[in-house]
Amino acid sequence: MKEYQTITEVSGPLVFAEVDEPIGCDEMVEIETPSGETKRGQVLESEDGIVAIQVFEGTTGIDRNASVRFLGETLKMPVTEDLLGRVMDGSGNPIDGGPEIVPDERRDIVGAAINPYSREYPEDFIQTGVSAIDGMNTLVRGQKLPIFSGSGLPHNDLALQIARQATVPEEEGEGDDDESEFAVIFGAMGITQEEANEFMDDFERTGALERSVVFMNLADDPAVERTVTPRLALTTAEYLAFDKGYHVLVVLTDMTNYCEALREIGAAREEVPGRRGYPGYMYTDLAQLYERAGRLKDREGSVTQIPILTMPGDDDTHPIPDLTGYITEGQIMMDRPLHSQGIKPPVNVLPSLSRLMDDGIGEGLTRADHADVSDQMYAAYAEGEDLRDLVNIVGREALSERDNKYLDFADAFEEEFVQQGFDTNRTIDETIELGWDLLSTLPKTELNRVDEELIEEHYREDASAVDAEAEEVSAD
Amino acid sequence: MSEHMSQASETETTEGTGRIKSVSGPVVKAVDLDARMNDVVYVGDEGLMGEVIEIEGDVTTIQVYEETSGVAPGEPVENTGEPLSVDLGPGMLDAIYDGVQRPLDVLEEKMDSAFLDRGVDAPGIDLEKEWEFTPEVEAGDTVEAGDIVGVVPETVTIDHKVMVPPEYEGGVVESVEEGKFTVDDPVVTLENGEEIAMRQEWPVREQRPTVEKRTPRTPLVSGQRILDGLFPIAKGGTAAIPGPFGSGKTVTQHSLAKFADADIVVYVGCGERGNEMTEVIEDFPELEDPKTGNSLMARTSLIANTSNMPVAARESCVYTGITIAEYYRDMGYDVALMADSTSRWAEAMREISSRLEEMPGEEGYPAYLAARLAEFYERAGYFENLNGTEGSVSAIGAVSPPGGDFSEPVTQNTLRIVKTFWALDADLAERRHFPAINWNESYSLYQDQLDPWFEENVAEDWPDKRQWAVDVLDEEGELQEIVQLVGKDALPEDQQLTLEVARYLREGYLQQNAFIDVDMYCPPEKTYAILSTIQTYNDEAFDALDAGVPIEDITSIDAAPKLNRIATQEDWETFVDELKSDITEQIRSLY
Repeated sequence: MKEYQTITEVSGPLVFAEVDEPIGCDEMVEIETPSGETKRGQVLESEDGIVAIQVFEGTTGIDRNASVRFLGETLKMPVTEDLLGRVMDGSGNPIDGGPEIVPDERRDIVGAAINPYSREYPEDFIQTGVSAIDGMNTLVRGQKLPIFSGSGLPHNDLALQIARQATVPEEEGEGDDDESEFAVIFGAMGITQEEANEFMDDFERTGALERSVVFMNLADDPAVERTVTPRLALTTAEYLAFDKGYHVLVVLTDMTNYCEALREIGAAREEVPGRRGYPGYMYTDLAQLYERAGRLKDREGSVTQIPILTMPGDDDTHPIPDLTGYITEGQIMMDRPLHSQGIKPPVNVLPSLSRLMDDGIGEGLTRADHADVSDQMYAAYAEGEDLRDLVNIVGREALSERDNKYLDFADAFEEEFVQQGFDTNRTIDETIELGWDLLSTLPKTELNRVDEELIEEHYREDASAVDAEAEEVSAD
Repeated sequence: MSEHMSQASETETTEGTGRIKSVSGPVVKAVDLDARMNDVVYVGDEGLMGEVIEIEGDVTTIQVYEETSGVAPGEPVENTGEPLSVDLGPGMLDAIYDGVQRPLDVLEEKMDSAFLDRGVDAPGIDLEKEWEFTPEVEAGDTVEAGDIVGVVPETVTIDHKVMVPPEYEGGVVESVEEGKFTVDDPVVTLENGEEIAMRQEWPVREQRPTVEKRTPRTPLVSGQRILDGLFPIAKGGTAAIPGPFGSGKTVTQHSLAKFADADIVVYVGCGERGNEMTEVIEDFPELEDPKTGNSLMARTSLIANTSNMPVAARESCVYTGITIAEYYRDMGYDVALMADSTSRWAEAMREISSRLEEMPGEEGYPAYLAARLAEFYERAGYFENLNGTEGSVSAIGAVSPPGGDFSEPVTQNTLRIVKTFWALDADLAERRHFPAINWNESYSLYQDQLDPWFEENVAEDWPDKRQWAVDVLDEEGELQEIVQLVGKDALPEDQQLTLEVARYLREGYLQQNAFIDVDMYCPPEKTYAILSTIQTYNDEAFDALDAGVPIEDITSIDAAPKLNRIATQEDWETFVDELKSDITEQIRSLY
């Protein structure tokens, strides 16, 4: 292997070096500083005689005498089933003091695109135990469903709750041999040590660690490393899912930090910036991460992704949530007003969406009345929300009886349906029954999105009667 | 041209071999390459497919249709000497292609993996398969370019017409074959030596020739009430569906692909989700074509370049799609092309352009964005073909504006060209009003030229009914502003009644459930029936109000909520008749 001492320029995370052999794009590089420290990097651009190298561990200490070695291969992730239960840094080196990892295979972390023809359409319901998700924005195996959050909102608690509670209700008689096939991969990018501790404590407390693989890039780790961390996590996920048959849930937090790192590299390369300074290829780059979810024909496992991102200024038109929303299959939207009301989890279902819901629910999957109940609750909650603006102006008395019912519905929806705490695990039956409890406070004729037979079967006649009585009493 | 092998089928012909100078993502620069603009080249040791997009002195810039990681300077670049072309012939229906017409099922088999490898090529149509050819000309006949010389049953639904390639001179037929042949076997030979096979090829960036473009006068009936009823598109028309994420662009496009009464559907998934294409692949074979009752795939050709597939192939996939569409139009078919999403195509242009360090136009898009969009939509239309048949290509493009802001360049430049605009609305989507098409912002400029068809084929007063619905919805929009300030009960009774009627229009007419079998497709007759029932309610209710009946009594009749249930009735005709008489009876009994 040839060693060069030909560095011509060091700029931010980038190092430029002269070479006299052809070097491929994305090839791995080792740079040894004069003080003997070794840093790893990757070739970003390769031209006759000169290469641009992106250094993962920061360029501090590199000078023109540092030596550069090209390893002749692209970045690989050593994969094996033994990774389960291990904690690694953002570059994939174990940091838990455990034994050395003996890989079965070393896989290219860029990962080839899945042939759309080879995919299987995801339609296995995952019960997360969270009503706002199961009932209204159902998650299915192989989906990519991000959590759109803001600074200071409890998105991590929700992610942990999902990771802890997620199960697939099996048909009776199949036993629990399937349970062991579930694995969680956790990719942290630029989160604080405290947040990391929270996650690790929870993993240890619940014993989830033994079926998890953790990649930690902390806030004070090099930013450039963040561009690698999710790829290591997803490469591991694909291996466990499609080679070993696991149902893998990948939690990536925080994608905003990942995008900041992309922007930093783009700026250092003096690229023409796109919206808000983020690189023009950010859509493609994000797609190459998010699309690494799904199921394959004739294979057991699945990769389900829950990326978390904090929206700068709670603005969902910011390029990071915007591009993410165009790639992922819906989003779970965290809401600051609900959070200050003490609703846990503070999920605002109106702007939330699960695109794969319609095929994952219904008879034989969840319940026959699921779609209708969810649709009706959406419509009713939206109507109640609208009326709240009006109440602020004209007061409740000026509204009709019908309008008041919708206002009550919206309140009850937040306080009883969405509100459940981070430790309550509701089955899908409980969630839908709860939905019927709430819908039954509205007159039957208002339930125009529910099939008439289903209304007959589930509508709580007494609830509305009780409610009407209460109304009369209060009217007196 | 037929003597040359297509780039998609053969890798021979070297008109000049160069070598790579630099690699930056999908953009590769090569030196010593003797190539013309838009020639297809094979890049590097692995032979990755690319296209020449810039020539400057000795340096040729190439956009590569495959992932370039590991490709190093010094590796060879080979020129095929041919522009990017597609193979046209039987076998394109019921097929699924990537952005450069490589069949994805064949790729899966060749790569023996669920993941897309590099440097593997496959012809766009099966070169081995034999098709039953029945000639429609005989020796001694004279044929010209574009003429139909025979027929091949391609699928249960579609007869594939074999045509004289447009660049042929034509002349007297010398001999004609009949029976089973592969696509490359000559089936008709002309006296001047020209041989006609079932396969032809055509450069994707060039429009296929026709005689003339005509004014479209037939609607592309979509089975979607809000589209057929309020904002119809013509066969040969153009439409844009812009909307923020989650507003239902893809569901609308899928509904159109399933139910539009076109002969052929070309569906281009451009830079979108993998699972969405899988859904199409899994659903379409199961679904019935409402026109023929056969499997939907028998009339569908799919092009899937998902968001994680190479960006340059995303740029080319819309051209691949429209070229296939034009070819079927040449046979005299009505073709509908859906492109989801044209924004991803524009972004691919932007990405390549910025790698070329071109001077950016608005929001970083290249200055030629508007021209490219216009060129694309101009390839749609209702045409008289070279062979005298008439055919059409309708182009429907989804647009994904960042942040849902319609003032961005792709939406604006698209709106300058297309004549139908279906604006998707996040607010409607949030309250699960689907299709979330905003009736105030959307428009169709085809209304006037299509009205005669609706009058003749559905109902005499179709345009009047539509105008009535539009007026009520407009009035509702204005009244809602007041309601937001003072509450509904503060309005005069007639205005309250208008709000009530508008609510039924929204819930019973405009909303349509794409996931319920009886409602996903709504024939124009049913569209009309729902609207006319709501109007019956409106007329009766206003008469009663004039007669002094209190509004609460009118709006609380039993029959009224049933207006929202017409859509989901199997036997809607009987239901509508009963409902109309119930409404009349119940309201009239009030006074």
